[in-house]
Amino acid sequence: MQVQSYFSSLDSLDGELATLNLGPTHPATHGIFQNVLKMDGERIVSAEPTIGYIHRAFEKIAEHRPYYQVTPLTDRLNYCSSPINNMGWHMTVEKLIGCELPKRAEYMRVIIMELSRIADHLVCNTVIGVDTGALTGFTYMFQERERIYELFEEVCGSRLTTNIGRIGGMERDFTPTFHKKLKDFLKTFPARFEEFTGLLERNRIFMDRCIGAGPIAAERAMAYGFTGPNLRAAGVDYDVRVMSPYSSYGDFEFDIPVGIHGDTYDRFVVRQEEIRQSLRIIHQAYNNLPEGEYHADVPDYYLPDKPDVYTKMEALIYHFKVVMAEVPVPVGEVYHSVEGGNGELGFYLISDGGRQPYRLHFRRPCFIFYQAYPEMIRGSMLSDAILTMSSMNVIAGELDA
Amino acid sequence: MTLTNEQILAQLAEKMPGSALSSEIARDGILNIHTTREQIIDLLQLLRDDEQFGFNFLTTLCAIHYPDNTGQELALVYHLHNWQQNVRIRLKVFLPIDDPTVPTATGLWPTANWMERQEYDFFGVVFTGHPDLRRILNVDDMEVFPMRKEYRLEDGTRTDKDDRFFGRDGHVGQSFD
Repeated sequence: MQVQSYFSSLDSLDGELATLNLGPTHPATHGIFQNVLKMDGERIVSAEPTIGYIHRAFEKIAEHRPYYQVTPLTDRLNYCSSPINNMGWHMTVEKLIGCELPKRAEYMRVIIMELSRIADHLVCNTVIGVDTGALTGFTYMFQERERIYELFEEVCGSRLTTNIGRIGGMERDFTPTFHKKLKDFLKTFPARFEEFTGLLERNRIFMDRCIGAGPIAAERAMAYGFTGPNLRAAGVDYDVRVMSPYSSYGDFEFDIPVGIHGDTYDRFVVRQEEIRQSLRIIHQAYNNLPEGEYHADVPDYYLPDKPDVYTKMEALIYHFKVVMAEVPVPVGEVYHSVEGGNGELGFYLISDGGRQPYRLHFRRPCFIFYQAYPEMIRGSMLSDAILTMSSMNVIAGELDA
Repeated sequence: MTLTNEQILAQLAEKMPGSALSSEIARDGILNIHTTREQIIDLLQLLRDDEQFGFNFLTTLCAIHYPDNTGQELALVYHLHNWQQNVRIRLKVFLPIDDPTVPTATGLWPTANWMERQEYDFFGVVFTGHPDLRRILNVDDMEVFPMRKEYRLEDGTRTDKDDRFFGRDGHVGQSFD
């Protein structure tokens, strides 16, 4: 309402419009985003985003790498939740080669993916806090995020760009330290998270600041290709985990939280609740973790055990063939999507039977929804625009590919 | 009752005869429909607005370059998704590389705006009627469309990992470099 009356009076502006460069390098933009804003005092009349500052040509590089070497490229899309990207890619290849995973591998993946979702949402929600002037929650929660990274480190050896898992399963079983750290995390995290919740969720100042900032209606969000928490905040319960369950997500009981207004506060609350639901999923997956192998029996794609490579001729041959990518790949095309931290992360893979993809297209949720940003901040205050951007959780790596 | 691929094709033949030049079921079970650039927008609109189709969501849009496919070098692939019945389809339009024009879908979905800019940027597909067809991820003064297969990734003179040495017939841009 306020916005409308503002624009009806726009024709009678007597002052001059100012042009303001928001970014590309400014701490408040959390990444390299440039927006050329037309400002009428503190209000935004129009915005023109420029993107591509960290474009690294992943789709081109992927056409020149064997399948297993594409995984590290996917790390660098949404680097706040790399494991989800890695596993989405593995599942795409598994769909192409027709590989079924043992239950244990799928449950292990679910645990890792939900931990990444928690880490991803923690970054987003604490940063919303920072942008409203509440740094404390950020420092608290980053200690928890650190513990999630330690868990990743225990599985794959790295933390941010994880390259976790392999085509055909996981690279190794959970170690005893992982079990210990995960149990500890599941025991202590909820209380600390609720402490953070207590600081912000019903905080009057925070609510006044966030409610009504950068709203988008459900129909508009769908037309703009929104998926993930940003769409759910607008009231549409689309979630890839439920719509097209992958990796045994159908085995778990969880709710899809939805908002109403699609504003910053709803996005915040939806992500808060998704963290709780992720914990629920991890509990179910961990308590029911099946016995068995942690990878499928696909010697053409999955590296043999290292000791075998040194002692067995067959293992040596397979090792060589996998590393040199001299493995049979079916001809065909597949689309696979997973619920990434920010929505439907899709991989459209076309194989001509060669060692590398003929074409690989990433459906990157950030790239798709960021184009609605100018519309969402039109007529709002500059400070709300900053808040809207952080609550949309635009990750430069995924935006620019 | 879920919409099956056969029902989609049957209804399409009834409601817009001739729009599906050919079709196939891809490896992932998704129906691929080949159509022409003259019909693509009407077809997208029919699939979106007709109650029996209900493909409300444009998931993604991408181009592919097939240099050996003379006269139809570029392919555009539209991924549509019906959220009520959870059915996906793909529409493919093939374009000649010396006249890669296709009408824009921005009138149907605002999300097509950046998707089309991206495919213009990388493949040079010209979306006629697009409100703002500029490069999006590459620099503005770039002169080539880098995702086309004739552009190699790095040093084009390097031959040590040429496909031919691995007993395969690769073509330009298809070897590791």
